[in-house]
Formats: sequence, C-alpha cells, structure tokens
Amino acid sequence: MYSHQGFINLKNGQPIDLNKIPSLEEEKFMDAIKQFIEAGKRVSSYFACSSEEQGLLKLYAVLSDDENKQLMVSQTMISSKQFKSLSTSCPQLQLFEREIAEQYGCVPLGHPWLKPVRYHHSWTNLDAWNREKEEVILPGVGDYYKVQGNQVHEVAVGPVHAGVIEPGHFRFQCQGEEVLHLEIALGYQHRGIEKTLIGGPNNKTRHYMEVLAGDTTIGHCLTYCQNIEGLTSTKISKRSKMLRGIALELERIANHVGDLGALAGDVGYLPTSSFCGRLRGEWLNLTALITGNRFGRNFLIPGGTSYDLTKEQIVFMLNKIELLEKETGDSIALLWENQSVLARFEEIGILSRKQAKDLGLVGLAARATGLDRDVRTTMPSGIYKEMPIAIKTIESGDVYSRAYVRGLEIKTSIDFLKKALKELLKGALSEEGPTIASDLLKQNSLVVTVNEGWRGEICHVAITDNEGKFKRYKIVDPSFHNWMGLAVSLRNEEISDFPICNKSFNLSYCGHDL
Amino acid sequence: MIDQIIHMSVYILMPPLLFGIMNKTKAYLAGRRGAPLLQPYYDLIRLFKKKMVISSTTTWVFYAGPIVTMLAVIVAGLLMPLGQSHAIISFTGDFILFAYLFALARFFTTIAAMDTGSAFEGMGVAREMTFSAIIEPGLFFAFLVFVKLSGSMSLTVMLQRNLYGSINQNNFAPLVMVIIGLSIILLAENSRIPVDDPNTHLELTMIHEAMVLDHSGPLLGLIEYAANVKFFILSSLLCTVIVPIFSSDGWLSWLGFLTGIILISFMVGIVESIMARLRMSRVTILLFSAFLLCGSAVIIFER
Repeated sequence: MYSHQGFINLKNGQPIDLNKIPSLEEEKFMDAIKQFIEAGKRVSSYFACSSEEQGLLKLYAVLSDDENKQLMVSQTMISSKQFKSLSTSCPQLQLFEREIAEQYGCVPLGHPWLKPVRYHHSWTNLDAWNREKEEVILPGVGDYYKVQGNQVHEVAVGPVHAGVIEPGHFRFQCQGEEVLHLEIALGYQHRGIEKTLIGGPNNKTRHYMEVLAGDTTIGHCLTYCQNIEGLTSTKISKRSKMLRGIALELERIANHVGDLGALAGDVGYLPTSSFCGRLRGEWLNLTALITGNRFGRNFLIPGGTSYDLTKEQIVFMLNKIELLEKETGDSIALLWENQSVLARFEEIGILSRKQAKDLGLVGLAARATGLDRDVRTTMPSGIYKEMPIAIKTIESGDVYSRAYVRGLEIKTSIDFLKKALKELLKGALSEEGPTIASDLLKQNSLVVTVNEGWRGEICHVAITDNEGKFKRYKIVDPSFHNWMGLAVSLRNEEISDFPICNKSFNLSYCGHDL
Repeated sequence: MIDQIIHMSVYILMPPLLFGIMNKTKAYLAGRRGAPLLQPYYDLIRLFKKKMVISSTTTWVFYAGPIVTMLAVIVAGLLMPLGQSHAIISFTGDFILFAYLFALARFFTTIAAMDTGSAFEGMGVAREMTFSAIIEPGLFFAFLVFVKLSGSMSLTVMLQRNLYGSINQNNFAPLVMVIIGLSIILLAENSRIPVDDPNTHLELTMIHEAMVLDHSGPLLGLIEYAANVKFFILSSLLCTVIVPIFSSDGWLSWLGFLTGIILISFMVGIVESIMARLRMSRVTILLFSAFLLCGSAVIIFER
C-alpha cells in the first residue's frame, strides 16, 4: 500500500535508474514522509543534490522499513532558497535539515533550532545564515540554548578534553548537580569529504572511505565497495563475502570489548578496565593477521578483498579465538557480578523506546531500548543473507542495557566468526584477486547500501551522472543519528554521570563531521 | 630525642610511600606490573623541577591555597601520635585544633579553586563542601567516643595508653562502630574510591581533583604532598585505634605501627580494586552512615 504514496521499494545495494524514482510535489513528499514515520519507518538518509534546472535542488529521502525489511526512496524538487521543515513533527530529520541548510544554503522553513552542523561555507552561492564568503567560520561559535534562573549555571566541556579523544563541545545547563539541558556542538573534524567525493570515484576515494571514522574502517569501506559493485553489476565470490563478514565482526568485537573496558574504567572498576584494554588489542591483532593493519585498512576493495586466509592462518585464528572467547567472557562477566558496578550502570542515562523511535536512533543504542534495529537481519547484504545473525535487544534503555547489549553481541559475533572460519577451512584459496565487472559505473543511477557497523546502521547513497561519475555521494554514519540520543538521555540526570553516558554511546566525532 | 628524630623522619618521608603501595596493590590486582613503589617520590621531584602555568584570572589566593593547605595539614600531623611515639605537640583539647586545621586546609583549597573562576572547580568546591559538612561532625563524634573511653582530652593520651586499658564488653560495640566510621572518613577525606576517583581524567566526576585542575608544577607538588601527608595522618589515627600495641619497647612499637599503616594502605588498594565508585548522589548516603555510626556510638556510651 505504501508504494502508492510515491515511494519506490529498493533492495540493499541494488541500483535503480534515476528516472524510475517517483518525483513528488514538495507538499506531497513531506506529507508522505510524515505519514511513513508515524507508521514506524525511519529516515536512513535525507539529502539534497544539485539539479540541472536553475534555482532548484533535488531532495532525496531514503527510508527504512524494518518491519517489511526494505528500503524506500523518493525525490522532490525544491527551491534552492528554502524548503519546508519537518523537524517539529519528525525530530529525527532535524540534523539532516540543518545539514542541507549548511551545504546548499537552502533554509528549512520552520526549523526550531537552525544552527550549522559542521561550521563550513556552503557549496553554493547561497548561505542560510547570510554569512559572507570571506567570513571565517569557527566551529562551536554561535547561539546556545540557555536556561535562566538564580541557581542555574552553565558548564562548558571541550573541545579539548582531558582524555585522548576526539574534539567536541558540550554545553550543559545545570541546576546544582542536575542537568536540565545538554547541547552538543561538533564540526571540529570536518574535512569536506562529501564535497571531495563529487566527480569520483578516483584512486583516492577508497582511502577516504577508510578514514571516515577510523574505528569503523571496515564498516564504511564495505558499504562503499558494495555500492560500487552494485553500480558495476559485479558478483563477488562467497569466500570474499565470508572474509568481509569476518573482518566486520572482528571490528565489532574489538570495539565492544574496548568500550566495556572503558565503561569499567569510567566508574573506577579496575579489573575489567585493564583486562579489556589488553583484550581489545588481541582482537585488533586478529584483524592485523588478515590484513597487516589492526584497523583493517587496505583490506576491502571493490570486487573482493585484497588478502585471503591460508589454512594455517585459519587454524591459528580459530585457536586464538577459542582462547580469547574465554578470557573476554570472564572479564566481562566480572562487570555483571559486581554490585557496585551495576549500581553505577543501572537507571542512569535512560532513553525510552519512544524517544529512541522519535529521534531515529540506530544500532546498539536503539537495541538497548528494545527496538529491533539491526540491518544484518532486517536488510542483510553479503554473507549475512546466508548466515543470519540474531538481533539482541534489551528493554531498559539505560547505561547498563547499552553495556549489556555489547556483551551479548560479542557472543553472537564470536559464534559467527567460528562458524565462518570453519566454513572457510573447507574451501580452497581463491585464485584471483578482486576484479570488478566493468570500470564504468552505471549512468544516471542511484544505489543505497546499508550495513550494520559496530555502532549501528551505516548508509551510503551514490548517485551517478550521465558519465557514470558521482553526482552526489551521501554518507550517514550511525553517530549522525545517535548524538541527539545522548543529549536527550542526559536530561534530569546528574552532570557527574555524563562521562559514563557518553561512553555508553561512544559515538564518532569524525564520522559525524566527515 | 632519638625517638623524636625517628618520629619526624617517618612523618616527613613516609607519606608518599603509602601511595606507592596503594598503586602497586591496584596494579597487581588488575593484572599489571604497575609503577615502581617509589614513583610518588619521583613524581614530587619532577613537579618541583617544573615551571608553573598560572591563569591570568587568578590572584595571590591561588598561590596561598596550596601553601596554606600544606602547612595546615603538616601542623595537624604534629598533633597526632604515631603508634607509641608521642605527638610532637600535645595539650588538652588538641583534637579540636586538629579537626579545625583540616578545615583550614580545606578552606584554602576551595578558595584557591574558586579564584580560577572555572566551572569545573566551582563544581568540585560545591561537592567538597557538601561532603565535608557531613564528615566533620562524624570525626568529632569519633573523638568524643575516645574522650569518653580514655577520660583524656589530648590526642596522645587518649589514643595511646588509655584507649584499650578501659575496654570491656559494654564499650566494645561502640568502638567497632567508630572504627568503621573512621574507615569511611579515611576514604572520603582522601578522595579514594568509592567516594572519589583519584586517577580519573573525567573533570565532571571529580571532587578533590577538580579543585586543583589549574595548579601545576611546584604548587601541584605541594598539593600532592599535602594529600600524601593527610592520608598518612588519618591512617595512623586508624592504625593506633585498631592495632593495640602495648609494647613499651620503642623499636617493637615502631615495627607494629609501620606494619599497621602499610596494611591499611594495602587494604585501601584492595577496596579500590574490587569496587566501582559510587554515583554522586549516593556518596551522601555513605558519608551519613559514617556520621550515624560515630554518632550512635556516643549515644550508646551515654546510655
């Protein structure tokens, strides 16, 4: 029934001709999005793209339907100066609309809090805030939401932090120890990747993908490769798919283990903190065993993988995983056995399921509120079509649940790894390296690929022009959806609980800033 | 004379070692090798060699803070007997001066913190003052119990000879309650887990560390040394109460005292290793329990 509303269903990683995408009137387009979101769909990507016609922009919406396990896409033409904002009725669009305003200088009319996202000049001649082209734009400078009153005080944290982490500015409005409001300003790591990608792909493109977010190298690179393979109609071998799945799960385990250790460290619980710190390194070393790089750089190439695993390597990995599984399980179990740790994790930073739904949260933060959002299951790509992974959810939505979901996912990922490696052991080494069916990308097409990175859904949309070059390459890191979730989870909590809430989300700054 | 020289050298030189012991214990229990036992001394030397970075918004108060704090803490320590060794200064009612020297030290730490105008330091001050308002009466109640038990108003006399001389089944329970209360006060006053986390880098969760964020170099060295001494003093208070050493032999009593104080550091290290710190709103509950334990002990005596 939904296809009547001007959206067309799309398969993960399958290209579609641009002129097959229905084009709606702006008014109808907005109404349709509103209705879909009310019906439980969520926004995976929402972006503008230049158009051939003067004074107009194309606006694309990619929605995810987790229930019916499909992607939906539609487009509309908007004036290059302004369009209708949906943020008040669909809060999950607020950051996307701010992004469009910043990139194209196109104002979302009725946006409740229109601020820049990454603090850069627009790509066109227009500017949503009427700033001059010569004006220097400093990140984090501008208006902040303010609470007034005798006992209200403001605390500013960052962009330079005490720990070795990325830069971001956090502005708290507090009454005593209680946080009334938290506003997060990012953009310090903006490198202009999306703009650079226009006109690609070229030999730099894949390397940009690897550094979108350094801890999600495999996730982003995999999504990019699948987009290219979709646009060139390349079929890749099962063995390559398996190797890619192994790399993605290793990335997930290493990050989850590191996060659980860091969570323990933040509450001053030393044993898990030190054990997990070491174990994270061991898991990263397994990725290094395959690729020579602990973060999996230079492993995924459109058409396959740059390395294969020999029988000896597989056997070594299986033995090592057996050992690490026990050690990891034991150090994590310490957390759930210690009352003082549980007292610190439970009922802190609660995010209700409704809030998570309204804000369009993805990944483990969404699963920690009981939402069944895992792209590996709902819209599987690659090896996950053949080797499904069970979604792990937990209801409470607090720091504890975000930690506990990590623990559960580590287990499922280890099971997947063992199964996949044993499967690989049966097969022979692949003879040929990665190849793609054609050097030319399909012209005038759109392709959407989503993958479940360790933080959540990674969504890449590629639109090609009539020469087969990228007219637009839109990247949505899971952090882009989830930062607002962190801000909301802090409301009416103690300010001293911010670090642990922040760590329980552990969002990417550079993945957001691009 | 010789006893006093030993007393002073132990008092001045030993405090950083206790931190070394605690850190080593924590490292071992977390499966690490840990920093050398003498690391706190190296850290102090390093800090005293450094230059200072001084915020342009600060005044003389910022300098006065660490200096007065350290002096107040050191003088307070002169009133405390170490094991069977008499305090350097001792007079009737000295325990009141003792408690208020700590208060003076706290006052100067906090105004030096407020002097920077930083939001973090302001928050640290607010927490420190709230918590100390609960700790201080607890400490006084504990002293009151000792005064009752020993019939003396001077720290040396009350803690050394007379405390265990008068012990019987009627006053045993209150003594145990006071010991538990004092142990909590020891952890709280020295910003250890579960009250505060001395090793954290997260400003928003800090109490004591938040107040000294802007201090650097020698001034930070003074603060660190004062923190070491404070831990030493409160541990020796607890040690003298817990470990009844009746030996009149000077050397044996020193041995007993040193073993006791090292064991206490060891125990604090273990506590820090096996539990997470409390959330800020629950710290008050823990401190109130210390206050109530000491307070109830007094009431039981008065019964």
